[in-house]
Amino acid sequence: MFEVSVTAIVIDALVAACLVASLVKSREKTKQALLIAFNATKRMGPSVLAIIAVIGIIVGFIPPEWIASAIGGDKGIVGILIAAFLGAVLFIPAIIAFPLAKSLLAMGAGVTAMAAFITTLTMIGFVFLPLEIKELGKKFAILRNGLSFIVAIIIALLMGLILA
Amino acid sequence: MNPLLKKVKDMTANEQTPQAPARPPLRKRIRWDWAFLAVAASAAVTMSLVWPENGARTARASWEYFKELVFVLPAVMVMMGLFAVWVDRSLVVKYLGRESGFKGLVLAIVLGTLPTGPLYIAFPLALMLLKKGARVANVMVFLSAWACIKLPLELMEMQFLGWKFTLTRLALTIALVIPMGLVAEFLYHKWEEHAGYSELAREP
Repeated sequence: MFEVSVTAIVIDALVAACLVASLVKSREKTKQALLIAFNATKRMGPSVLAIIAVIGIIVGFIPPEWIASAIGGDKGIVGILIAAFLGAVLFIPAIIAFPLAKSLLAMGAGVTAMAAFITTLTMIGFVFLPLEIKELGKKFAILRNGLSFIVAIIIALLMGLILA
Repeated sequence: MNPLLKKVKDMTANEQTPQAPARPPLRKRIRWDWAFLAVAASAAVTMSLVWPENGARTARASWEYFKELVFVLPAVMVMMGLFAVWVDRSLVVKYLGRESGFKGLVLAIVLGTLPTGPLYIAFPLALMLLKKGARVANVMVFLSAWACIKLPLELMEMQFLGWKFTLTRLALTIALVIPMGLVAEFLYHKWEEHAGYSELAREP
């Protein structure tokens, strides 16, 4: 994806500049920083690779049409909850998610359900949960994901009121 | 005994602390991240071999995210290392700690909005902020902003769903993320009190 690579180049260049500045100021501290970076990367490695495999499975094996029929089915509160739940559990790349939401809206799906879907999709990563628990602890991860779900529903309901 | 097996056994024996000579329960001995990886990777490979058409999509998606990972993860981790070494704890406490107030919450949103890749990369950053003395609410807000306020993402959303939808959702998200962080922090400390221990051992 184009925007990802631009972002990556910007970040890499920025970090390289910071690294050089750090190296000029203190070799010892820079070594320490790199050690911290290395340990964190090692710690996250297996989980992150597993996440990538799971994302691949979701993208490859759950056709957007299934998601469309699951979300488009019910217009009431059940439909909103299904949309929010699918958004939380699935990981769908933005390049697929937004056109999907657009076509669903064109097919007559509710704004509320679409807002719930997009919001939980970005805010909650069920796929990331094991890593989040590992890094930040069970309490933090459960509270963040749980409250994000509630907030996503509130955002969706407000959007339904404002845009309907 | 197989020499390799013996070596593995010796290594695990070394990891046990002298205070706890008893074998830890199975739950603790399993490396869950490696188990997760083994299951996910073998599932992806098996399913792709059985259904090659879907498998091609799986391979393409995983490859895209792998590239993103390779280009972004090391850089962000180095940034974290530099931050850990150079930024003083007192600075984090001042701007993101208990006393940082509304300004701290706004700063957390701004920090989260900086363009920096997928959510999972933010978890170790969040951990470091917590250890350096940032308050829970600010870290919650930081993660939420990281997850859903991203310029490239908003532009794409606008293109497909229109500016009205995008801006309304964005405004509501920003407005609600702050109270959410405060509620999360309140519940977090309540829960910690109730459990009687802290999951986040502070850096001295």
